[in-house]
Amino acid sequence: MDFAFSPEEEAFRNEVAAFLEKEVPLEYREKRLTFFDMSAQHDWIQVHRRMAGKMGEKGWLSIHWPREYSGQGVSPFYRLILREELARYHSPGYDSIGCGIVAPALLLKGNDAQKKRHLPGIASGKVMWCETLSEPNHGSDLAAIEVFAREEADCFIVNGQKIWTTNGHFADWNALIARTDREASPNYRGLTFFLLDMKTPGITVNPVVNIAGHHEFNEVFFEDVSIPKENIVGDLNKGWYVVMSLLDYERTTDTVYAIAATYLSDLAEYARENDLLNPVVERRFAELEAECEIAHLLHYRVTWMQSKGMVPNYESAMSKMYSFELHQRISEFGMEVAGPFSQLTADSDKAPMFGRIPSCYLRSFGYSLEQGTSEIDRDVIAQRGLGLPRLR
Amino acid sequence: MDFGLNEQQEMMQKLARDFLTSEYTDKVLKAMVKDEKGYTPELWKKMTGMNLMGLSIPEEYGGVGDFLDLIIVLEEMGRVCFLGPYFATLVLGVPIILEAGNDEQKRKYLTGIAEGKITITLAVTESMVKYEADEIRSNAVSQGGYYILNGTKMFVPDALAADYIICAAITNGIQESQAGITLFVVDINTPGITVKPLQTIAGDKQYEVVFNNVKTSAKDILGSVNGGWLHIGKVLQRANIGRCAEMVGMAQQALKLTLDYAKERIAFGHPIGAFQSIQHRCADMLVDVDGARFATYQAAWKINQGMEASKEVAIAKAFVSQACRRVMNSAHQIHGAIGFTEDHILHYYTKRTRAYEFSFGGIDYHLERLAKLHR
Repeated sequence: MDFAFSPEEEAFRNEVAAFLEKEVPLEYREKRLTFFDMSAQHDWIQVHRRMAGKMGEKGWLSIHWPREYSGQGVSPFYRLILREELARYHSPGYDSIGCGIVAPALLLKGNDAQKKRHLPGIASGKVMWCETLSEPNHGSDLAAIEVFAREEADCFIVNGQKIWTTNGHFADWNALIARTDREASPNYRGLTFFLLDMKTPGITVNPVVNIAGHHEFNEVFFEDVSIPKENIVGDLNKGWYVVMSLLDYERTTDTVYAIAATYLSDLAEYARENDLLNPVVERRFAELEAECEIAHLLHYRVTWMQSKGMVPNYESAMSKMYSFELHQRISEFGMEVAGPFSQLTADSDKAPMFGRIPSCYLRSFGYSLEQGTSEIDRDVIAQRGLGLPRLR
Repeated sequence: MDFGLNEQQEMMQKLARDFLTSEYTDKVLKAMVKDEKGYTPELWKKMTGMNLMGLSIPEEYGGVGDFLDLIIVLEEMGRVCFLGPYFATLVLGVPIILEAGNDEQKRKYLTGIAEGKITITLAVTESMVKYEADEIRSNAVSQGGYYILNGTKMFVPDALAADYIICAAITNGIQESQAGITLFVVDINTPGITVKPLQTIAGDKQYEVVFNNVKTSAKDILGSVNGGWLHIGKVLQRANIGRCAEMVGMAQQALKLTLDYAKERIAFGHPIGAFQSIQHRCADMLVDVDGARFATYQAAWKINQGMEASKEVAIAKAFVSQACRRVMNSAHQIHGAIGFTEDHILHYYTKRTRAYEFSFGGIDYHLERLAKLHR
């Protein structure tokens, strides 16, 4: 048992903090933007690319990767520390898809050529990624997806539609799961995982705006899009296994608990400064603070397992679900703290906290849907974690 | 960072689990709840033989291990809903004597405890049940080499099974202050002490203890005169985390009982555990059990390291208490009517977690302390 970071880890945290203190635009820190609402910021993509490039130069984006792939071979706690500090300093710059999901999936399932081709771009912070998994008719039941990749002599030709593609409007590359065998039974045995250059002809990206008014995700259409065969990760019709390992990572690399904790303490500061504290409100703050601590611990447990070479199973679904639902509770509570002023948007000069309260609240409806719904997470915990039987 | 147990902790855990599983069956538990003192000397002897009585006592007094080892054992005791003066003696008595006692007191009490010959309890809170210095009305007046002790203490654990009782009393005549409280360690059979059982839902052993002109020697003071509250403040942290560990064990066991039942109970042609309505409740139970355990371990680790732990203790006790309520509610719902019967073991766990929630400060108390840290 040991609940402290090592001196080396603490030193890394200080180094990151000093860097962010200098580099994060003042506006981002003043407005205290979070990962979830900063995409509404007019200059977000420029700031993101600049910060990503600088962190790439320092080797931070790949710090926990093996040495042969430009990593420093340190424990995944370094990635966690980096992301905690980014949350604390309200900074963009971490491509949660490229660094968070695609890179780990490539390290695990990619071949040597794919690793050499794609990992340096992710590590440098210069190449941005998106993933196209969900479709209009298939979300939680991912194995049923229909977008089809037809095999030709030297390539695959993709047709169909994906949706909820975060950063699809910025991404240079795309991690795509498509059906390559319509007869496969069970259906997940007919899926293949591809790496797709977003500049390939035939791709159309249209914005989908969420209820907070943010444009984060998109719908993506494929019309006779050609993918070279060497861009298959894993094997033909074995894409499901790549997706599963990718989803396991997607559930472990986010630091939503840190974003939630930062928002909670910002709310408390606002409440204190505006004389809005009373015993009832203070109690609710304390309760949510305790839950933030639990979210930290559940996430640290997963990172600890990874640092020991164990493969997190239900633990990552639990950590993800708890953090996202907690952020949802905090966002809902935010709407109480400022009373009727909570409904004022960023366009109102009377809005508390630059209109962040309603922005967080409305954005939070997505937390129990993205990266697998909370219902799917509970299925995973019950079936994989507790060994309860599946209904057949 | 390390969320795992070390070799010694794993050994302690296995030892305690195996022993308690075979010795502390549901039948024993039911008998102990009815029993006046809630424990048998035979069991105590066996526990002493296994070194359980020496946990967290320094080697020079015949002890072994540290606070974390004790926490691991308390969690196992929670699994079987253990009763008896183990918690009072090891979690309340030992740290105060270790910290405040003089050489002679340490040798007498700590060695006696490790040898299984002495049990001890602590009397702090009174009718307001605030666990704060300003509620103490019990007082001790100096007369020659003696003090005359008067007052009434509430919710004292295991007083009937204890050989000695540590009592916090005002010695400077000024109420509502930490600066005038002194600790006395008194033989429970001293004339003037009355131990009255409190009839509680859980049937755990809690008492009202009345001190009526109890004559106690100045030699029985633990630590300095008027300097007692410092030690109480520290022991309350350990007490809360000790209770948390027991509650984590109870929640874990309630989840196990629930899973066993959900896998074997058939409805509509399927085990009910295959239905999502049941699975999702179980998933939430596991979130609560895991979260409660890590919050407890984190606070225990900090205490064991001698680090400041007020925040972690408050978080742990508040969260573990709330988590236990949710876990027990779901356990009952999934068990259906059978869990609503007196014969079934589940309600022993439900009732005890509620009793321990109150023990050393409830949810409001700890959330208030957490809020205070920001003022």
